[in-house]
Amino acid sequence: MSNLPQPHEADWYEASARERVTGLLDANSFVEFLGPEQRAMSPHLAQFGLTGAFDDGIVVGRGRLDGQEVLVAAQEGWFMGGAFGEVHGAKLVGLLRAARADVGPSGPRAVLLLLDTGGVRLQEANAGELAISEVIRAIVEARSAGVPVLALIGGRAGAFGGGGIVTACCSRIVVSEHARVSVSGPEVIETNKGVEEFDSKDRALVWRVCGGRTRYLAGGADRYVKGSIRDFRDAAIALIPQAPPFDLPTLEAEQRRLTERLQQFGDSRDAPEIWSQAGVSQPERIPDISDDAFLAIKRPKGADHDAR
Amino acid sequence: MEQFQVRGTAARRASGSRSQAITGVNTSGNLEVLAERALPDQECLVDVTTSVTGFRTIWEAVIQEFFDRSAPGGLRFSINDGGARPDTVTLRLMQSVQLMEKEP
Repeated sequence: MSNLPQPHEADWYEASARERVTGLLDANSFVEFLGPEQRAMSPHLAQFGLTGAFDDGIVVGRGRLDGQEVLVAAQEGWFMGGAFGEVHGAKLVGLLRAARADVGPSGPRAVLLLLDTGGVRLQEANAGELAISEVIRAIVEARSAGVPVLALIGGRAGAFGGGGIVTACCSRIVVSEHARVSVSGPEVIETNKGVEEFDSKDRALVWRVCGGRTRYLAGGADRYVKGSIRDFRDAAIALIPQAPPFDLPTLEAEQRRLTERLQQFGDSRDAPEIWSQAGVSQPERIPDISDDAFLAIKRPKGADHDAR
Repeated sequence: MEQFQVRGTAARRASGSRSQAITGVNTSGNLEVLAERALPDQECLVDVTTSVTGFRTIWEAVIQEFFDRSAPGGLRFSINDGGARPDTVTLRLMQSVQLMEKEP
């Protein structure tokens, strides 16, 4: 038994939502809200002959990160692809609203969102879409009140659909190589535009377009980590004090950054073209090199920014 | 989808002081088990909700064997199942007893 890895040493990708929360926070500090014994489950899934989850696929609560009070939510990517349903979404909205309500010296220092989601749950899509909108508003309100919201992404479901939009609304974004962040997922693009436009089975292509390395090099993520739970923990601790103010100048700077990025790279057909134009050395090798070699690369101009 | 309950008796009370523990995830070929200390010492029961219908007799055999082997007296188990095989069910049930017996 003593040879088993400790919670924080385990791999983020392999861990369940509960294991990620346990390893991310200070030992024994997590207090769950609406835990599985409360059975806050989806009222919709049974109508489709589907069995639910006692926590509706999301773990929410409070705890400490390096001694600081934080709120945390973790989606379980294995349960229905971590998708947003009515109860699932309500739990996240409630957590984010608690961040705003408790602002003050004893309130939470940050909200950590351990996203792992394909987007909205199709069986309760209207409720899921509403939940996404409410989550976005609640993130904006928490950030306006001075509470940073961090997205930590490196699970098997990635952060797609509304989950991709939620990610982009966060103060800071941490990814590993496994991470994928986008709105329309590869299969959605293939279904709508055809396999010649986008082959969703081409995993190398999928990761070149929306994978963690691509997002980091393009400034769509602030920190790239190697992938253990401890790496995510260290990154979150480092990034909380660096969260930019959420005000008009920040949003205008982001608008300018994105406009320039589109002007510069809008005609590119694939990620290595962008990396090459941006002056990244040996762009074709980016997907294949080790994490250490990748982290040694100098990010292109504009990728390391404060505009979020 | 099918729901049923399997009741049994246990040789002894499950040790430990935890009131509840959860293990596993409801996904294809897997299941989640919520264990709660909610019954008299000699009793145990499992509430099963499974996405696969028609295997109740196998569930009953697997659960009765688990009652005999693990003696989970006083525990109530609730299962959300995504079509796990019997060996996975046994493993998860035993895991949840182990979690309940661990000191918090």
